[in-house]
Amino acid sequence: MSGHRLRIVAGICSIAALVGAGGGYVAWAIAADERPAAIAPATAEPGTLVFLDHGRALSQVPVTDPGAAPVRRAPTCLRSYTAGGTTICLRTVAVPAGFEAAFLRGDKEIAEPVRVDGTPSRARVSPSGRLTAWTVFRTGDSYNPGAFATTTGIYDTRTGTLHGSLEDFAVLVDGKPYQREDRNFWGVTFAADDRTFYATMGSARRIWLLRGDLASRTLTAVGRDAECPSLSPDGTRLAYKKRVGTRWRLHVRDLGTGRETPLAEPAEIDDQAAWVDDATVAYARPDDGGRVSLFAVPADGTGAPRLLRRDASSPAVVQRPDQSHSQATP
Amino acid sequence: MYLSTTRAAGSPVAANGRLGAARVPATVVALGLVSFFTDISAEMVTAFLPMYLLYGLGTGLLNLGLLDGLYTGAGALLRLAGGHLADRSARPKAVAMAGYGLSAAGKLLFPLVGGSVAGIGAAVSVDRAGKGLRAAPRDALITAATPPHALGAAFGVHRALDTAGALLGPVTVFALVAAIGDAYDAVFVTSFCLAMIGVVILACFVRDRRVAPGTRPKVSLRDGRRLLARRPLRRVAAYATMLGLVTAGDAFLFVGVQRQTGLGAATLPLLPLATSLVFLLAAVPLGKLADRVGGWKVFVAGHALLAAAYALLAAAWQGPFAALGVLLLHGLFYAATDGVLMAHLAPRVPEHLRASGLAITQTGQALARAGGTIAFGALAASWDLRGAFAAFAALLVAGVLAAGAFPPDPRRAREASS
Repeated sequence: MSGHRLRIVAGICSIAALVGAGGGYVAWAIAADERPAAIAPATAEPGTLVFLDHGRALSQVPVTDPGAAPVRRAPTCLRSYTAGGTTICLRTVAVPAGFEAAFLRGDKEIAEPVRVDGTPSRARVSPSGRLTAWTVFRTGDSYNPGAFATTTGIYDTRTGTLHGSLEDFAVLVDGKPYQREDRNFWGVTFAADDRTFYATMGSARRIWLLRGDLASRTLTAVGRDAECPSLSPDGTRLAYKKRVGTRWRLHVRDLGTGRETPLAEPAEIDDQAAWVDDATVAYARPDDGGRVSLFAVPADGTGAPRLLRRDASSPAVVQRPDQSHSQATP
Repeated sequence: MYLSTTRAAGSPVAANGRLGAARVPATVVALGLVSFFTDISAEMVTAFLPMYLLYGLGTGLLNLGLLDGLYTGAGALLRLAGGHLADRSARPKAVAMAGYGLSAAGKLLFPLVGGSVAGIGAAVSVDRAGKGLRAAPRDALITAATPPHALGAAFGVHRALDTAGALLGPVTVFALVAAIGDAYDAVFVTSFCLAMIGVVILACFVRDRRVAPGTRPKVSLRDGRRLLARRPLRRVAAYATMLGLVTAGDAFLFVGVQRQTGLGAATLPLLPLATSLVFLLAAVPLGKLADRVGGWKVFVAGHALLAAAYALLAAAWQGPFAALGVLLLHGLFYAATDGVLMAHLAPRVPEHLRASGLAITQTGQALARAGGTIAFGALAASWDLRGAFAAFAALLVAGVLAAGAFPPDPRRAREASS
């Protein structure tokens, strides 16, 4: 066989081997990832911790027994949140390649998924289960070369209204319109009235906490430096991450008194916290071994963080309906 | 046989097309396939990295942004180094192999470095270093394998395959993530295998034309620099750089188009696909056109199309048709400029310095485009997007008029068009 022939045969054999190796690995990984038959009941009882497991499958356990064998549910998501029976699931789509937000009640999709413009970062649902919000990272947005931008959208699952991205809302800082092009918005949390929400705005290297009003499509600055707020079930406090030095630390602010309390979690937290109950917040961070896991810490600055669930992310704890008001709805 | 003579004799277009396809050498198709597989592999990682950092490792994206600026600079330097090494060793295939091999190896580094941000940075750097290193020697290989009058078609075939790979990369990775919960290793293994297929094709199916050591001049670093004193290269590189400086950057164009359609932010990620599809489909026809009427004319006309796209954005005509028009023009701009510039320049650089010459021009153009994007961003921030597009359209028209009226080598340009 001539050298040229030999090279061609060697080439074809090598390519076949590589196709076999790569294809085989993927086939094996898909087979190993087989979803268990156990599917969770369509609704999660109050006191259920809903999260994404290591394989990013939506799962749930009782929050009082978070070490229990989880019930896995069908969808896989990059980021999810559940409240009022509604789950928002931010996930990938292959063609055309990108991401979308899916809206589920139980495991049924209740609306057409909405395409989102970037890598999912935060997800939230209003206490009633009606409003949903997401934040995504947009890379390759070169208003600021070398950096990245975020964009945040709100979707009403009852009316099917896409409230646009927050860039389209009117922003008021110190009572004056704020219109710089470099505004970025992230981390929505909803109040119980399905109209009021809080979010973070970054612009000109500064950070504002905004209170939003869906009806008037306005965002009003109500504070500084609070990122990815999370409203407590009773609606009186916000938990958020705040940059202290070079690290993000968890804090809680009382909306009535304005008093800010650092929580007893010494590690850096880059997550939107979820309230377990009115006294505790949960969040994801890498554990000592570097595996992203769920932790909980008291909301009043006392105590110490405890491990809630290993190898998990996107915490949400199902609350009792309409806890802050009288028992108007069963 | 020159395509232009065939055309002048009145032969039908279909026969023309067949003839053109037959003339693209197997080596060029093989190099195109190398780029196809390498680009699937590379774009898989690019599309996957934000997800991997956020969800695989739980680190933030901040470091990704910081690294990006570094790569532009390092990539430019390595591109020049790749060109020089290819000329100095007179073995462009070996240098290209090193580049493709380095990128393939980089894919395996990702799972090995785990959650270390410095490790991820190193793995990305190895990948990008390979990309910088291989570009110029690969274009020199395409040139060496192709008769000068078919270079436009050859670069067109290569760029079309390259773009097809870039389109398939994200599709592959998003499908894997959708299918497998814990897809991190599967993504890197797949990406590595695809990159290795590229390396194997290069090793086994691309023939290197070796020049006997005695018959070629020795190449020093100074020779590379002296290239800039030679008229055709200096002028072509200067024009490419100048036109690059008045290029707005794709991200801005897509934001402009998205505002034009009024369809909301959800359409934004789909817009680059439209540009790539047009580029993919038009690369070969426009390459053939360059072979017939002269590469410089097509290159300049491509920038005129871009100016038209900017003008459409500045005029702020609303509606899907205006948006489609802009995307069509943008894709045609790439098809008329990217490979065509190399096809035009390569035969005008002495063979023993060809990779260096191509590298110098590509680097000048890439850095100028980065500068143009920053300038456009500043203009858009202090003024507004429409005004910035109007300004850049005007600047581009000025550049196009200059480049069209005073071509870099008037004698040859006339010859090619007659």
